[in-house]
Amino acid sequence: MDKRLVLITGHYGSGKTEFAVNYAIECSKDHHNVRLADLDIVNPYFRSREREDLLKSFGIRLVGNVNVNVSIELPALPPEIRGAIEDSQSKSVIDVGGDPIGARVLARYSEDIKKQDYDMFLVVNANRPETQNKDAVIKYIKEIEFASKLKITGLVNNTHLLKSTSKEDVYRGHRLVEEVSIETHLPIKYDAAIKKIAEEINSENSDIKVFPITLYMREEWMS
Amino acid sequence: MAKVLMKGNEAVGAAAIKAGCRYFFGYPITPQNEVPEYMSKELPKVGGVFLQAESEVAAINMVYGAAGAGARVMTSSSSPGISLKQEGISYIAGAELPCVIVNMMRGGPGLGSIQAAQADYFQATRGGGNGDYRHIVYAPASIQETVDIMMEAFDIADIYRIPVMILGDGMIGQMMEAVEFKEYVPRELPEKDWATSGTKEMKSPRVVNSLYLEPELLQEHNVNLEKKHKIIEEKEVRYEATGIEDAEVVCVAYGTTARVAKNAIDDLAKEGIKVGLIRPITLWPFPHEAFDKINPQAKGLLTIEMSMGQMIDDVKIASNGRWPVAFEGKTGGLVPSSVDVVNAVKKMIGGAK
Repeated sequence: MDKRLVLITGHYGSGKTEFAVNYAIECSKDHHNVRLADLDIVNPYFRSREREDLLKSFGIRLVGNVNVNVSIELPALPPEIRGAIEDSQSKSVIDVGGDPIGARVLARYSEDIKKQDYDMFLVVNANRPETQNKDAVIKYIKEIEFASKLKITGLVNNTHLLKSTSKEDVYRGHRLVEEVSIETHLPIKYDAAIKKIAEEINSENSDIKVFPITLYMREEWMS
Repeated sequence: MAKVLMKGNEAVGAAAIKAGCRYFFGYPITPQNEVPEYMSKELPKVGGVFLQAESEVAAINMVYGAAGAGARVMTSSSSPGISLKQEGISYIAGAELPCVIVNMMRGGPGLGSIQAAQADYFQATRGGGNGDYRHIVYAPASIQETVDIMMEAFDIADIYRIPVMILGDGMIGQMMEAVEFKEYVPRELPEKDWATSGTKEMKSPRVVNSLYLEPELLQEHNVNLEKKHKIIEEKEVRYEATGIEDAEVVCVAYGTTARVAKNAIDDLAKEGIKVGLIRPITLWPFPHEAFDKINPQAKGLLTIEMSMGQMIDDVKIASNGRWPVAFEGKTGGLVPSSVDVVNAVKKMIGGAK
């Protein structure tokens, strides 16, 4: 069981936002009060706040719009983020910006977060050039922990090549996070993959249970 | 090499370094910020120089200087920043120097928006700078194609001593896709016997300049430039054309909108409607020859752009009155959907309600 408050961090391009959106939707099946906070003030494209209507349809409250349109570069955080962090009745998912730069935003809330029952996941995509081996991933863990003033509590293998993800990608990523897990003692919380691949692996291999991802952030014409 | 997942802007930087680019001068602007970010991190590792200039005007003039000294150099920006660079681009073209310029287009005019657009077609193909100059414009439609073109762009610039622009849009810059870096095989390049790389007092100084005070000399210079442009028009045209010989309608689109068009064309094929696609990969030189292969009985051409319709003029010139030319597009940072394209095609063939 994950903690009430879940922070999603990682290298940019690891698939944090897709994972966060899918994870929040999964949580909405068991919780009536799910909030997804978009803390990404680094990148103005492909942010979870673009999917407010979708999230609403699952009863999820999006926190992150500063009352202006979605495509603005404004390093401003709405006050409701405190609510998502502190409200003990809220199942809260925080979609953090990529890299240590994106995670730095968390430092401002770190004292409040430490008082909560929280998890902080590192999403890993072994197909990203900068997170292809154990040492590189551990470097990210250290840098994100330093920037956020918080500790990572679990790993998410989200190794993918978008719609052309193969089973081998997922297995290779799993081996990578296993290596990281052995060295850091961080548990592997999830292996995630697009639905088709997740179903294939889940039907043939009982050792890992793959969390199915629907690509909500990718347009139909994208690969 | 195995495929990796990269953001378009990162891939631009990685490909440039692989192609031997060692100098980057630029200024941040969304949605191309990951290009300078990547270069600032990676160029020092290979002995190169990244320099954030005080403005786009300064950056393009640094490119002018480095190119004049014979360096492999590039800059990148997005629409309003590229506008500021126009004077420098004209000078570089006038002085016949090679360089690569990346424009990840955003909404305009003016500051516009930070979302993706294709509204700089006029500027890129007609020039925002002064004088009888041209520069090559590539419009990749995927991250893989962006990488492949980036690798070649520096050689093309060297061969013709001309600025080469990579014209992407915010989507191409920001989108993640799987890419493979193929081994870069350099072309045979002419010696840079014009570069101001020092005389060591052994030879007469070389001069890089775009100033010709005598009208006859300037005219001669322009005639020579035009000869070069004609050779580029003959040799460097690139495009993708599919299903145009027996099409009822032919879509003409580049970059991101070509991706949308392909989806729409597949959907229309399922309904038995034959639609072809011409995707210019070079916007200048424009692929006029592709249009000669279009079914003469086609009902019309549909230009699809993320603008109010800028390439449509070139499509009309290429059509040369043979087919009616219609337009479908979105602007302001919006991307047309395949449904928009399907409906526009049906309207042209008389099938829409």
